[in-house]
Amino acid sequence: MPEPARKIRVSCVVNGAAASFEAYPMARLLDVLREELKLTGTKEGCGEGECGACSIELDGQLVNSCLVPALQAEGTRIRTIEGLAIGDNLHALQQAFITHGGAQCGICTPGMILAAVNLLAQHPQPDGAQIREGLSGNLCRCTGYMKIFESVVAAVRQTESRA
Amino acid sequence: MRAFLPAYEMETPRDLAAALDCLASAPGVWQAFAGGTDLMVLLEAGKLPQKKFLNIWNLEELRGIFVSAEYVTLGALTTYAEVQRHEILAREFPLLCRAAAETGSVATQNRGTLGGNIANASPAADSPPALIVYDAEIEMVSMSGARFLPYASFHTGYKQMNLQAGELIRAIRLPRVRAGRKQYFRKVGTRRAQAISKICFAGVARVEAARIADVRIALGSVSPAVLRAVRAEELLRGQRLGSVDLRGAQDALGAEIAPIDDMRSTARYRRSVARNLLAEFVETLVG
Repeated sequence: MPEPARKIRVSCVVNGAAASFEAYPMARLLDVLREELKLTGTKEGCGEGECGACSIELDGQLVNSCLVPALQAEGTRIRTIEGLAIGDNLHALQQAFITHGGAQCGICTPGMILAAVNLLAQHPQPDGAQIREGLSGNLCRCTGYMKIFESVVAAVRQTESRA
Repeated sequence: MRAFLPAYEMETPRDLAAALDCLASAPGVWQAFAGGTDLMVLLEAGKLPQKKFLNIWNLEELRGIFVSAEYVTLGALTTYAEVQRHEILAREFPLLCRAAAETGSVATQNRGTLGGNIANASPAADSPPALIVYDAEIEMVSMSGARFLPYASFHTGYKQMNLQAGELIRAIRLPRVRAGRKQYFRKVGTRRAQAISKICFAGVARVEAARIADVRIALGSVSPAVLRAVRAEELLRGQRLGSVDLRGAQDALGAEIAPIDDMRSTARYRRSVARNLLAEFVETLVG
């Protein structure tokens, strides 16, 4: 019996605050976020990188947290759905998803919103094709997607009118 | 069944030399781990036999896209997202950019690497056909130095490759070609985004005086490893565009592919699509 791996300590920045946790090196970042850091907003869908439910931002890039081992979170900046609202003020995308029916059962929503946040960071005024492509890795079994696309368009419009 | 996590070790070497030293110290024991988009799926499914991993994600020596007069060299850790964003690749090697754009989702493309895709050695991977038609060369490093190999001879069978224990893929380099060439790429999957290929076809040809002066064709998902269709190429080379023996080329292609029935498609479907894609490629040469 080979000697088992030991848990390691990992330090990173989560939603703007320093965070530190202990985990086995190949524990999924998804599980660490939910179980060690108690950030249960990030959901598990397929667990194999196909559905996007567990999408987060890692150093500003959209990733599936089910495919990132804990060890690779060392020294990174992480943003989850919990990091979007400022106090009681929802992020424009969160509010748009509520207003326009972009969320139904809600399991895909945190990942969908993170994918949209990441899309808007790169394309502040995406066209329809860019929205579809940006969200193509996030599966939803409720909405039929149209209300999700409408929510993103509404959020873009609202952000513009505020600027 | 999920994996038993305490059984899995992962270390982060401080640089490439340390990584190679570790690989050499215990041949076959340590496996390189880059973006994790394949290995973590196996881990979750309880199907990851290897137990010790080297986290090479942060090795600067394996990163970057470098352009010289003769080559564009892509570090093994170049992600699919980086491939798509690169202007010279987009201009001169569009098939590779197309393959990168059609592999997985945005999240996968941010994490999945060219070297990882190659070392994972899936016959259904989409970048290998594009790399082969561009006459890519692969560079491997170990404690005893570096060596280059034509990428077309790297994959030797199902999940078999010309990579020794102790070696890491350092880079892929693509020879730059000044002459104009016609390029064609098509991936056929169940849906356009996020699906793994049923079949993937890449073709490049140089047309001179209305003749096919030279041609490269490669396919994914039709044989145990990515396939360069040398017989179809041979048949097409030198042919006059107005009177290409398409049927002959299709038969030659049919004789060199060996598709199977699996969860994604059938051998029969793959055979007929392979013939059709060849016809579409030849059509694009005329325009």
